[in-house]
Amino acid sequence: MSLNLSYASLKSLRAALDSKQVSSVELAEHFLARAEDALSLNAFLHIDRGLTLSQARAADARIAKGEAGALTGIPMAHKDIFVTRSWRSTAGSKMLADYVSPFDATVVEKLNHGAGMVCLGKLNCDEFAMGSSNENSAFGAVKNPWDTSRIPGGSSGGSAAAVAAGLTPAATGTDTGGSLRQPAAMCGISAIKPTYGRVSRYGMIAFASSLDQGGPMARGAEDCALLLDAMAGFDERDSTSLNNKQAATPILARFSEAYASNASTGAPLQGVRIGVPQEFFGEGLSADVRAAVEAAIGEFEKLGATRVEISLPRTRLSIPAYYVIAPAEASSNLSRFDGVRYGHRAKEYRDLKDMIERSRAEGFGAEPKRRILTGAWVLSHGYYDAYYLQAQRVRRLIAQDFQEAFKSCDFIMGPVAPTTAWKIGEKNNDPVAMYLEDIFTLGVSLAGLPGMSVPCGFGADKMPVGLQIIGNYFDEGRMLAAAHQYQQVTDWHARTPEAFR
Amino acid sequence: MELHPDDLKRIARLARIAVSDAELAPLQSQLNGIFGLIDELQAVDTKGLEPLAHPLDVVQHLPQRLRDDKITELDQREANMANAPASENGLFLVPKVLE
Amino acid sequence: MSAKKGIPTGWEVVIGLETHTQLSTASKIFSGSSIAFGAEPNTQASAIDLALPGTLPVLNKAAVECAIKFGLAVNGGDDRHIAPRSVFARKNYFYPDLPKGYQISQFELPVVTGGSVTINVDGVEKVIRLTRAHLEEDAGKSVHGYVAEGYVEDGYAEEPAHGQSGIDLNRAGVPLLEIVSEPDMRSAEEAVAYAKALHGIVTWIGICDGNMQEGSFRCDANVSVRKFGDEKLGTRAEIKNVNSFRFLEKAINYEIRRQIELIEDGGKVVQETRLYDAERDETRSMRSKEDAMDYRYFPDPDLLPVEISRDWVEEVCAAMPELPETAAARLVAEDGITIVEARLITQSQAFVRYYENLREYSGSAKRSARWMLGEISAFLNREQLEIDDPEVPSESVVGTIIASEAAQEISKTVAREQFQALCDKTEADIQALTKIIEKHELRQAWIRYIESKGLKQVSNAGAIEKMIDDVIAANPKSVEEYKAGKEKALNALFGQVMKASNKTANPAQVTEILKRKLAS
Repeated sequence: MSLNLSYASLKSLRAALDSKQVSSVELAEHFLARAEDALSLNAFLHIDRGLTLSQARAADARIAKGEAGALTGIPMAHKDIFVTRSWRSTAGSKMLADYVSPFDATVVEKLNHGAGMVCLGKLNCDEFAMGSSNENSAFGAVKNPWDTSRIPGGSSGGSAAAVAAGLTPAATGTDTGGSLRQPAAMCGISAIKPTYGRVSRYGMIAFASSLDQGGPMARGAEDCALLLDAMAGFDERDSTSLNNKQAATPILARFSEAYASNASTGAPLQGVRIGVPQEFFGEGLSADVRAAVEAAIGEFEKLGATRVEISLPRTRLSIPAYYVIAPAEASSNLSRFDGVRYGHRAKEYRDLKDMIERSRAEGFGAEPKRRILTGAWVLSHGYYDAYYLQAQRVRRLIAQDFQEAFKSCDFIMGPVAPTTAWKIGEKNNDPVAMYLEDIFTLGVSLAGLPGMSVPCGFGADKMPVGLQIIGNYFDEGRMLAAAHQYQQVTDWHARTPEAFR
Repeated sequence: MELHPDDLKRIARLARIAVSDAELAPLQSQLNGIFGLIDELQAVDTKGLEPLAHPLDVVQHLPQRLRDDKITELDQREANMANAPASENGLFLVPKVLE
Repeated sequence: MSAKKGIPTGWEVVIGLETHTQLSTASKIFSGSSIAFGAEPNTQASAIDLALPGTLPVLNKAAVECAIKFGLAVNGGDDRHIAPRSVFARKNYFYPDLPKGYQISQFELPVVTGGSVTINVDGVEKVIRLTRAHLEEDAGKSVHGYVAEGYVEDGYAEEPAHGQSGIDLNRAGVPLLEIVSEPDMRSAEEAVAYAKALHGIVTWIGICDGNMQEGSFRCDANVSVRKFGDEKLGTRAEIKNVNSFRFLEKAINYEIRRQIELIEDGGKVVQETRLYDAERDETRSMRSKEDAMDYRYFPDPDLLPVEISRDWVEEVCAAMPELPETAAARLVAEDGITIVEARLITQSQAFVRYYENLREYSGSAKRSARWMLGEISAFLNREQLEIDDPEVPSESVVGTIIASEAAQEISKTVAREQFQALCDKTEADIQALTKIIEKHELRQAWIRYIESKGLKQVSNAGAIEKMIDDVIAANPKSVEEYKAGKEKALNALFGQVMKASNKTANPAQVTEILKRKLAS
């Protein structure tokens, strides 16, 4: 049987590498060639064949010595929000157009130096991860491989498009308010945002510190389990990194255990209760998305799960709470970009203050500016209590609602986004309309819960639809196992866009 | 909450972002749209609730971890300053700082 | 009303101090960079200190421990002012020496709340209350007057060569404990006494090296004036950049004069930050920072709340040195010295150590205390030395001199002169003797020395009488004057006897015998 390398699962790539069917260098060459052929998608920002191939050669040496782990030699690419020593790190911003980090992010260390994956390059994203359409990149919009006139979702749009188009078997992304889940849904791939604190934020260019979480994007849930297991883990360089007992249990072990428990029976998900929040199915949800998501939940029921109607009453409030907290943190996190030590410095200025103001005005795009100004405003004297603290209190209510819901269910399921991918340019003049699209993903981010997106069908316009699976804290292993069960009986995750087969 | 042009100028100064006169009006209307959205928070009764700064605080208690007092960072000046827009003799250069 | 030095009648001065003490850790508060002073620019500025994208802070345990020690020290060892939970916040403002665009500090929940420091001005004790003490990171520094070949530190340089400033971030992230007092001080003298007392505490407990030249201990003073009897506080000005006790006193006194003159001329004090310029001895307004007051504080989401368990506090408490107040009370009780003496002796741990050794060698606590406050302090002041400086004569030798004085083997004057000779190193043989005493603690060596030099005190009544007879015979004029009722004449005769004895005669005996002979 000949393997379609472009869309193969990580497990089958592992088998191919181990059986010497293919070398890591050959795999890297294969995907680099595809990435270079697909430049029109604008998914990759930086490619450096020499660097990639030297990593691949090192991986081949490791494989030859019999020292390969599950991911050694398998290609991947990083969202350009993770800093890398060898490739530029721009965060999709003109501010960092030429920036080269003197160190690697912890995730980069773990995946590339630790697990031995081969980095193909850096992937486009919304500027400083701010956006839901990837139109906010200073280096141009990314196109959706399913229909290149449409957006791939954001902010990890380059990562989602690259995986969907078979330019890489795996990618990293980050999620602050849905930036892993929503582009995964819109590009028809799988992704998981883990519990806040699972994946180190060291070396992830910060957007909103209390919300940012890195995670993997790949074709299937099992791939995500392998990747997340390698990415996650305590990091002493990140004060919010978890080192408690629950975080110490390997995700892959939890995944395998959960998957194996009832796998052989006809109803592997027997006893699993799926909470369906009524607020996720109200007006604003397009009919095609609703149909696909309902069908997917039906599929889970066929696997033995039971459906429970639940309520997440503050779903709507997650939008204002998020759009206070995230900009507040962002306004402060982005203050370091002042043109003094690195980054863009204006060519002309009157004095020091003018230099900083112009450098920031020129270096930041419209969306970061809006968020910085919003954030500075809600933190400023006289508004801190009414907006920032109030938002943090509402955040507690939202988190409590989820805990209340998990008393009657194991997972919560619903749509990732109200619609499928829209046309490039359709919404980018109306920030509020864009913000409203995030309604189903923001609550999970505010509560710091793990959430994933799994392909579950196609909409009226033949664009992919994602099913969102929300678990309780630290329950990633079980969530991924349930999603993997679903992917054993469906093939949505295996569908590929025609133009990139 | 309604943002007026003077507020916008003040906040832009505070955030050190130069805003040209031409940008002022559209930016003001976009920000007012955003503020209209976040004003929905005002109606929520949150009496007696502690603000949630760290999400996991809702289920478990997580204190700050403390680092041992050891020197672990050695001189990396050359690498760390490689991205500097202007530097000389190990110093970052900026337009004259006035005190 | 009480008259205060330098304050016109009818006015009252209100002063509060904010003191930044650099903590004596090895590494920075949020990174593993060294905080050693004097390194080449930016060689101790890591990626974290430079706020490179993706970097994050992790709190240094030793910095928190310093804060715990301080909280215990200003509360007499009581832990109730050390917050079980404190929070780091971001203070947002732009400045090129502030790499993140915000300073990590503590705002609403500081690590230490309350406490007090006792000061003593002209023998009067006063308690200065503390508002709080919080942990924060220092900023870097701007190097002005930058020229290509090198740079000139500080802001007093000539116009820069190419109109630019250099930024050195070695200091960025150095741990500070900012100690804020209540506005309890009423004169520059009190403010200096408070600053000195605080300096004594932080160096005593070893959390700060106290080096003011290097900026390890810096004071900002909030100064306001009001008409005596007014309830309402006047508008205050904050004086920054004061790095010596002398400048602190001068800066506050300048500011008091400025404010009073301003008000008396019908003006108003504006709330502002002023810099003290030591060269011109004046404070001057800093260019007003627009919107400077809107720091947009919020809890730092990169850091979790700091928790200090009672177990930890107890552990730190157990390892703490005896606090100055406790030590002073102990010395009063054990040694029978006065509280004023005890306070002065407990100005530093080295001082106490010296005193305790001296007490041992001399066998007299009271004499040792008097010597500490008298000759030894005078010597230290004159030479600008610290008590633990190797230049200071060792306790064994000084103690031997005191013991000899106590045993009336030598006179007080000789004791002083020999101490002086020790300090000045004028006499080669006392230096040699010092070595012997230090090595063998041979008091006999000392006795031989004073005998060989003819320094031993003469208390033999016969010998003294002989000398007095000679002096009376040689000074008939003085004798006559004395007998005529001129008391002063006795001094002249006394001086002559002492001179004849080479200062070795026991002064009490001389006076007594002299009076007796003249009366007959």
